[in-house]
Amino acid sequence: MSPAFAIRATGVTKRYRLGGPAELNPTLQDRLIGIGNRLRGRVRIGGGEELLALDAVGFEIMPGEVVGIIGRNGAGKSTLLKVLSRITEPTQGRIEIYGRVGSLLEVGTGFHPELSGRENIFLNGSILGMARREIVARFDEIVAFAELERFIDTPVKRYSSGMYIRLAFAVAAHFEPEILLIDEVLAVGDAAFQKRCLGKMGEIARQGRTVVFVSHNTAAMLNLCRRGLLIERGRLVADGAIEPVIRQYLNGLRIATPWDLTRCDQRAGEGRVRFTRVCFEDGEGNPVEQGVSGQPLVIALEYQGLEDIALPNCRVSVAFYDGLGQTLFNCSSELVLRDPIDLPARGTLRCLIPQLPLSQNQYLLTLFLEVNREVEDWILNAIELDVVDGDFYGTGRLYADGWRGKGVLVPHRWQIS
Amino acid sequence: MRLARTPQNAIPHLVIEPTSGWKALDLADLWRYRELFGFLVWRDVRVRYRQTVLGAGWAVLQPLGNMLIFTVLFGRLAGLPSDGIPYPLFALAGLLPWTFFASSIGSAASSLVGSTHLITKVYFPRLIIPAAAVVSGLVDLMFSLLLMGLLMAWYRVIPGPTLVMLPGLVLATVLIALGVGMWLAALNVRFRDVRYLLPFLTQIWMFATPVIYPASLMPDRYRPIYFLNPLSGLIEAWRVALLGSTNNGQFDWPSLGISGSVGLLMLVGAAYDFRRMERSFADLV
Repeated sequence: MSPAFAIRATGVTKRYRLGGPAELNPTLQDRLIGIGNRLRGRVRIGGGEELLALDAVGFEIMPGEVVGIIGRNGAGKSTLLKVLSRITEPTQGRIEIYGRVGSLLEVGTGFHPELSGRENIFLNGSILGMARREIVARFDEIVAFAELERFIDTPVKRYSSGMYIRLAFAVAAHFEPEILLIDEVLAVGDAAFQKRCLGKMGEIARQGRTVVFVSHNTAAMLNLCRRGLLIERGRLVADGAIEPVIRQYLNGLRIATPWDLTRCDQRAGEGRVRFTRVCFEDGEGNPVEQGVSGQPLVIALEYQGLEDIALPNCRVSVAFYDGLGQTLFNCSSELVLRDPIDLPARGTLRCLIPQLPLSQNQYLLTLFLEVNREVEDWILNAIELDVVDGDFYGTGRLYADGWRGKGVLVPHRWQIS
Repeated sequence: MRLARTPQNAIPHLVIEPTSGWKALDLADLWRYRELFGFLVWRDVRVRYRQTVLGAGWAVLQPLGNMLIFTVLFGRLAGLPSDGIPYPLFALAGLLPWTFFASSIGSAASSLVGSTHLITKVYFPRLIIPAAAVVSGLVDLMFSLLLMGLLMAWYRVIPGPTLVMLPGLVLATVLIALGVGMWLAALNVRFRDVRYLLPFLTQIWMFATPVIYPASLMPDRYRPIYFLNPLSGLIEAWRVALLGSTNNGQFDWPSLGISGSVGLLMLVGAAYDFRRMERSFADLV
């Protein structure tokens, strides 16, 4: 008799201790002190804070379903996947699985740089849970998929990063257990290759295999999954058709809190006018927490003068820095306006970037305001802007992680003559 | 976590639940992952001497070097007895199992911590990691046995019928190394002190084992305690198996029995303890 479900989770809870002895690889000394304290009746309370990574999560997945799990970073998606793939035990709850499970939490797990491509295919395949004969049967297919026929006997340490990833993906793409658990493995690799992997995954899904897929890539998820699970702070908050779940997830990202700058003391300038608040908006004026590559982004800056007098001859700018402190570009009123501006004593300045030319990363913004040739307020790295990848070039291609110069995206064209 | 026993071709049924305390060894689970075990051993062997000039020559040079040092220091200068066997032969016969044991527990001890990327990304019985580290050391043992053969030819020593015991003794040495190795590996996940403790442990253990001196040096009243060290009985037996002439070509069965039983107890205890600690590896490592 075949069971009705492929996976059934009930009340799955995972607790981690933060900063406790279990977390920080305690040395024997810590342990002995702990025992000593216990003997003397002194109990170390909890040994640190607890983090509830998963809080009574329950769901059922039918055989052949393709389910996407979404949520922000740290919401518990990856923990759930780790519990499902038996890497870590739940603290409470029960999961029943019918069928052979395979998990892909990473591509190229266990690759050894000294071994050749051929040897690594066998090693990696075996680590994933493929039987030797399965690997032998699919070997040629894997090599062809990776397009590495000529280099298959070269040690992978001589591979370029692109070749390495292609090989890793090729093995993963030919791994076909009955139930497949996948974590964001599609987030790397060049776009063309990603597309082929998605194609391959679509194939797997259509073959009636059960797939559980964790990713930030909502577009891929819409494409592959019928059903979505939304996880927030360890709890399952939505379970249903993929589209409404993704919409709920994206709406959640939109609850933006403006940055209060009034208490910021890392600033220079005369101080007769100060920036007070800053927030980001999308093209329609909705507050957002993140920027999206290629989409409009508005930086709304509230400012306030000490005295209630108009501010003549003003210049304002927002400079973008990368995580290493390099200036990327500067959006300055002096560049785009012919004349200096006159401002009322208080108000909001909006800097509109029609197509945000930044790839996925965190950036720091420095704010600058000058009135009548005197610097009034200058806040270095005032706020952080989180950018997520979007379709900047309108081709569906993303600036790959391995490429140099990731950061600023420049519109360009190619002509052939 | 357990995998319910199901008949062939039935859909595997897996139940994941929190566990606590001691649990079954689940040898069936280990057996299911025998291919991965094989691949890990094969990987370790393949990678062992990559990018070294001497390659597998090191497997011979290490015991050879130690033998020469011990011969000069203990055989000549200190004049330790060697049961009537030429000291170099005597020392090498003890060094073969000892070197295998010491290097195996060393690589096993660091094996789990060195496999963080596997432990946090894929499930498989964690036991196969230290086991692969121990078993892959057998290749070195084979090479150094060749050296032993050459040295025996040089001294014109012909092994007796006791040689048939050698495969059994190799297996016993592997099992004892496995027991100690997996215990150290599991402890090292939790307490990184193991890394610093290990060199001392190995050194003390060597002096407590008849590697550079014969067990016959031990006064009779200490012998029962002495052979609680599982390697004591074993290494004496290695000598008898290889050289025949020690102890008139007779195995010291009572000593081997004590040592073997202690070794077996350690192996079983370590296996259960490993299973108990295994569930938290991914969170701790």
